[in-house]
Amino acid sequence: MKHHRVLRVAAKLLIPFILLFALYVQFHGDFGPGGGFQAGVIFAAAFILYGLIFGLENARKVAPPALVTRLVALGLLLYAGVGYGGLLRGGNYLDYGVLLENSVAGQHLGILLIEFGVGTTVAATMISIFFLFAGRDT
Amino acid sequence: MSGLAAHLPALQVVVPLFAAPLCLLAGRAGLAWLIVFVASCLATATAAGLAYQTFQHGTLSYPLGGWAAPWGIEYVVDTANAFILLLVSAISTVVLMYAPASVDREIRQGRRHLFYCMFALCLTGLLGIAITGDAFNVFVFLEISSLSSYALIALGGHRKALTASFQYLVMGTIGATFFLIGVGLLYMMTGTLNMADLQARIPAIQDSRPVLAAFAFITVGLALKAALFPLHLWLPNAYAYAPNVVSAFIAATATKVSLYVLLRFTFTIFGAKFAFLDLPLHWVLLVPAVIAMFAGSFSAIFQRDVKRMLAYSSVAQIGYIVLGIALSSAAGVAAALIHIFNHGLMKAALFCALGCIFHRIGSVRLEAMAGLGREMPWTMAALVAGGFSLLGVPLTAGFISKWYLIEAAFEAGLWWLVVLVVLSSMLAVVYVWRLLEALYFKPVPEGRAAVAEAPLSMLLPTLLLAAANIYFGLDTRLPVEMAQSAATILIREQIW
Amino acid sequence: MLREILAHYNYWIVIVLMMTGFYIVVSRGNLVKKLVGLNIFQTSVFLLYISMGKVAGGSAPILDPDIKVYANPLPHVLILTAIVVGVATTALGLALVVRIREAYGTIEEDELDLMDDEA
Repeated sequence: MKHHRVLRVAAKLLIPFILLFALYVQFHGDFGPGGGFQAGVIFAAAFILYGLIFGLENARKVAPPALVTRLVALGLLLYAGVGYGGLLRGGNYLDYGVLLENSVAGQHLGILLIEFGVGTTVAATMISIFFLFAGRDT
Repeated sequence: MSGLAAHLPALQVVVPLFAAPLCLLAGRAGLAWLIVFVASCLATATAAGLAYQTFQHGTLSYPLGGWAAPWGIEYVVDTANAFILLLVSAISTVVLMYAPASVDREIRQGRRHLFYCMFALCLTGLLGIAITGDAFNVFVFLEISSLSSYALIALGGHRKALTASFQYLVMGTIGATFFLIGVGLLYMMTGTLNMADLQARIPAIQDSRPVLAAFAFITVGLALKAALFPLHLWLPNAYAYAPNVVSAFIAATATKVSLYVLLRFTFTIFGAKFAFLDLPLHWVLLVPAVIAMFAGSFSAIFQRDVKRMLAYSSVAQIGYIVLGIALSSAAGVAAALIHIFNHGLMKAALFCALGCIFHRIGSVRLEAMAGLGREMPWTMAALVAGGFSLLGVPLTAGFISKWYLIEAAFEAGLWWLVVLVVLSSMLAVVYVWRLLEALYFKPVPEGRAAVAEAPLSMLLPTLLLAAANIYFGLDTRLPVEMAQSAATILIREQIW
Repeated sequence: MLREILAHYNYWIVIVLMMTGFYIVVSRGNLVKKLVGLNIFQTSVFLLYISMGKVAGGSAPILDPDIKVYANPLPHVLILTAIVVGVATTALGLALVVRIREAYGTIEEDELDLMDDEA
């Protein structure tokens, strides 16, 4: 898409805001509508847009597939790890209240980490699905 | 209870769940196998611990995240699902012992660690379905196990594995969505998703149309997942073309877990009175079950691919299990549970033995297997033990399940059903005989090089499963006692 | 009578979508079209859940001292999970279709059956 200047300029303008909006949806999820699922998909959309406009090769440089695959696993590990954290501190599995001395602060920390794990996994999964389909030669 | 013991219900699911991303990170097949194997061993130990705890303390409840039921998701363990958990995790462990040699031969390098990752997810899903006390959570775990099993089946070597997996994906998704619709209608009427809470609230509104529709959707959806005739069309190809390890694991566990959910919904949540006296579930299950017994066995006779033969025989065996459920008595449900256990053992043993044969000669067609009886004596011994168990020959596990099933049918006064069970077993004799005839009495095809016995790492788990088929035919205490106590827990209102 | 039918318009939409999707899955031979049908079928269930959470006069479920009636957020959360499952199913289904196309050279069901019977 070398010659589509309008598309390239528009995409360059849009991508930072898409990423920013994704981060807003991710971290504002504590107080308003939002959360990891939605944020992850929006975040991945920015990468997919980049891949569509600037080509798969460039997109792979920005988000190396090996790293993306690892992030899928790491997000899930973070989620499960927070759950085990609750166990270690004497609560039930996924009980965030016990993570910190103050139960409300613990709830905040817990849901933040959990949603971050979800967001990471969802974004990485979406990007790797895009890579896998777009990377087929046939 | 304190310490680790109190958290066993959560660990049952999250240990295998944790193994899946670790496999992905491990990147190497050997390491990934080790991770899943350790997780599976831990899951088996957990299931045994839970079974022991239910014997000591009765039903256990575990609120996830400390959110008490009915608001939070609750894991509930009683003898009924402890029994299923034990079966699934034990089969998984034995199959994993068997896996490395088989996977190395059948799955391309670079995909093997992904195979183990999917296996861990499938195990997580199946255990989750069995343990959860939340109706929506069942759907989530059902989809985790289904999605991973579609991927596992697609890894089979033949290109037909792809179409088989696609067909399973379409039918499985329809089944799961039906279940979802049913749960949604129940939520609409009761405002709760917790199984115990549903059970308390449904009787007051059980004549309303949404509840009737919910019951229909849930039953049909689960029957699809359990491959009850005529909704079994996805099963033969899926089992026949999946990698051998996957066939052994899924054939022994996946449909059984769906049948357990069916038991839970019919007898505990809706109640036998609603299902069998107000509604004709008796006939709705009995007729397909009887047809499945005959149609499955009859189709099996004409298969030349032995994996397909066993797949059709699974359709017939699911018929026997559903027959037990349709009897709707404590004896019938106990017989169904016993057969769930025994059928898991026999199909795991048979598919593992076939995997050994495939490992050596690269085919499981009857003509290719001719005369193998002398060349692979131990594998064949396992195959014969599994086959006899399938027939219900005395001193094998299969005999015990048939015995209790026939006893339950007599108790219900349905002597014609006894005749049908015996007649359909005769059909099984025909296809098992065809297999044995090929193995022992047919000459070795010309040009086949001498075949060595399967490698020890595959042979030992196969023999272990075969021995289990004999052992549980002689010492029936574990399955029979657990199944009978599970049946009394599942059935909250006796109708006979 | 008519008013009663119209008042339940959400269910009518759900039923029409559900049957449309189901019909596509059963009747079309093209595997991609089957997946599209499956998606429509699942979407109808999403709508069933989402419309169930609506409370007459209820506001978005964000705590505010001025608001007394809230919509029920639980069905929405449940269906978010189901949507994710739907995405995963579609992705896996499409991946299988790509592989089937590479292995057989077609994605028409009757042609696939024909090729399997020959083999």
